[in-house]
Amino acid sequence: MPDIDTTTSKPQPGHYVAPLEETPLDAIDTIKAEGKPSNLWIDAWADLRRRPMFWISAAMILIIVFVALFPGLFTSEPPNSNCQLANSNGAPTDGHPLGFTRQGCDVWSRIVHGAATSLSVGIIVTILVFTLGVLFGAFAGFYGGWVDGLLSRIGDIFFAIPYILAAVVIMSVLADYRNVWVISLAIGLFAWPVTARVLRSEILRVKQSDYVTAATAIGVPRFKIMWAHVVPNSIAPVIVITTIALAGAIVAEATLSFLGVGLPSTFMSWGNDIAQAQTTLRTAPQVLLYPSIALSLTVFSFIMMGEVIRDALDPKARAQR
Amino acid sequence: MLWYTGKRLLQVIPVLLGATFLIYFMVFAMPGDPIAALYGDRPPAPGVIEQIREQYHLNDPFIVQYFHYLIGIFQGDFGVTYSGQSVNDVLARTFPVTIRLALLAIFIEMVAGIFVGLISGLRKGGIFDATGLGVSLVLISLPIFVIGFVAQYFLAIQLGWFSPTVGAGAPLEDLILPALVLASISFAQIVRLTRSSVIETAGLDFVRTAYSKGLTRRRIVPVHILRNSLIPVVTYLGTDFGTLLVGATVTEGIFNVPGVGRTLFQAILRGEGPTIVSFVTVMVLLYLIVNLLVDLLYAVLDPRIRYA
Repeated sequence: MPDIDTTTSKPQPGHYVAPLEETPLDAIDTIKAEGKPSNLWIDAWADLRRRPMFWISAAMILIIVFVALFPGLFTSEPPNSNCQLANSNGAPTDGHPLGFTRQGCDVWSRIVHGAATSLSVGIIVTILVFTLGVLFGAFAGFYGGWVDGLLSRIGDIFFAIPYILAAVVIMSVLADYRNVWVISLAIGLFAWPVTARVLRSEILRVKQSDYVTAATAIGVPRFKIMWAHVVPNSIAPVIVITTIALAGAIVAEATLSFLGVGLPSTFMSWGNDIAQAQTTLRTAPQVLLYPSIALSLTVFSFIMMGEVIRDALDPKARAQR
Repeated sequence: MLWYTGKRLLQVIPVLLGATFLIYFMVFAMPGDPIAALYGDRPPAPGVIEQIREQYHLNDPFIVQYFHYLIGIFQGDFGVTYSGQSVNDVLARTFPVTIRLALLAIFIEMVAGIFVGLISGLRKGGIFDATGLGVSLVLISLPIFVIGFVAQYFLAIQLGWFSPTVGAGAPLEDLILPALVLASISFAQIVRLTRSSVIETAGLDFVRTAYSKGLTRRRIVPVHILRNSLIPVVTYLGTDFGTLLVGATVTEGIFNVPGVGRTLFQAILRGEGPTIVSFVTVMVLLYLIVNLLVDLLYAVLDPRIRYA
């Protein structure tokens, strides 16, 4: 066995004592305090900011909202004014960039004023669907048992009637009361079960988390656990589906107006304009085309927004790209 | 499986009762006198009103009226249309046309959607994938009547490839364009669903095992990846059936297809309340039945469901 100088080699394990000041306990706290706070929403925002799709759809939505709020800035023509049958389906002239409808009204003016109708229906339906969906989904998912059974069966019943068909029935019954509120109610009343189902299944997952157990252990009331801990942590997929539901509501309004059970023709509605232009599709397709483009672009911007938010909120979807 | 089937069948009953009740409630508990609507400006003789009220059980309490309606449905009697035809007769005439249109649309969207979705999923991030995602986003954003009119104008009227409206007897070649339009909405969803499902399945262990056993791609893609990716697509068809029904209403209206959808479309345009209710009821029943069948099929395809 060769001779080893034990004095210069590493100290024996048994004798080694790490200096205490190397990792002071408060250092751990310092690291934590200096680190950037991070949660789902901050991560999502950081992800969103880097996407051109997000900025494009945000800009489109802002423009549509702006047009809806201040139509006077985009057209000097008040809605349904100066309609002269001599101009019926007329070609574009000075001051009327998109030509005239069959009734001789300015197409551009009707499109500009139609934005407010589409957006208000979209927003009212979304609020209604979100409220009903969150209430039903939260109680069903969190309380479980017979509450879940009852609420989920009610949801199933409303889900069984496709919401546009239900809205067709409601609107044809309420033929004398057609306005933005009634049509929003008719759409929203049957569109919420999807939101409730999404929230319910997410809550079933979140309910198992340690922080819920911890909150229960320290005696936080059940109801407060639900609203303060479980629902906020389950809301992400609901946000996504709500953005897409807004687009769906706009399409639903246009479809109902197109079918003739939507808003009366005194309202500026893209669906109405498309329905009225369909009779002259062969001779004057442009009258049908322009409101269709406006409608599709609006729906497109909300769907694109929903898609990027979904990708940003869902790490699984992010990994799949 | 038998237990699962029984459970699923029992679940349908309250939904069926609830949905028919809701439709009935929406129509008959709301303002408006059905008899006044029937006669317009000239009121009928009082005796006639009484006779009609008796004939349609309008003097009974609401819940009794509902049971009369429900019994009618279970006996296969969906009422009469505005013009006095039996709804059953109208259904017998129009239903085969709609079934043909729907099957053609489902066939197109399944074949095209699964094909595009599979290639997109296998070549994730490629040009084909990016184009497919872009096109599907645009298709989802286009309301069906916009797609319908654009297709009718450009493909049928301008280019003359198709007939712009469907002729008598609804021959199959006339139905191709409406079916394409009807298929376009769900096509986009099927592409996306298949794509993400294929990406998920292709990353699973058994696929890697198959590759390491030395199986060829020709065998792995259809047998191992595609077959296991199709389960969510099949269930999607069930939930999507509602969209198909609404889409059929609009498409049949635009292309003048003599089916159930056009009958409903025309009833809506003319404001014929009772006819609308009858046809919506039929569609809701159909929707429930299709969803039941799809759920059962789902359990056959995926054993995890029936043992859960």
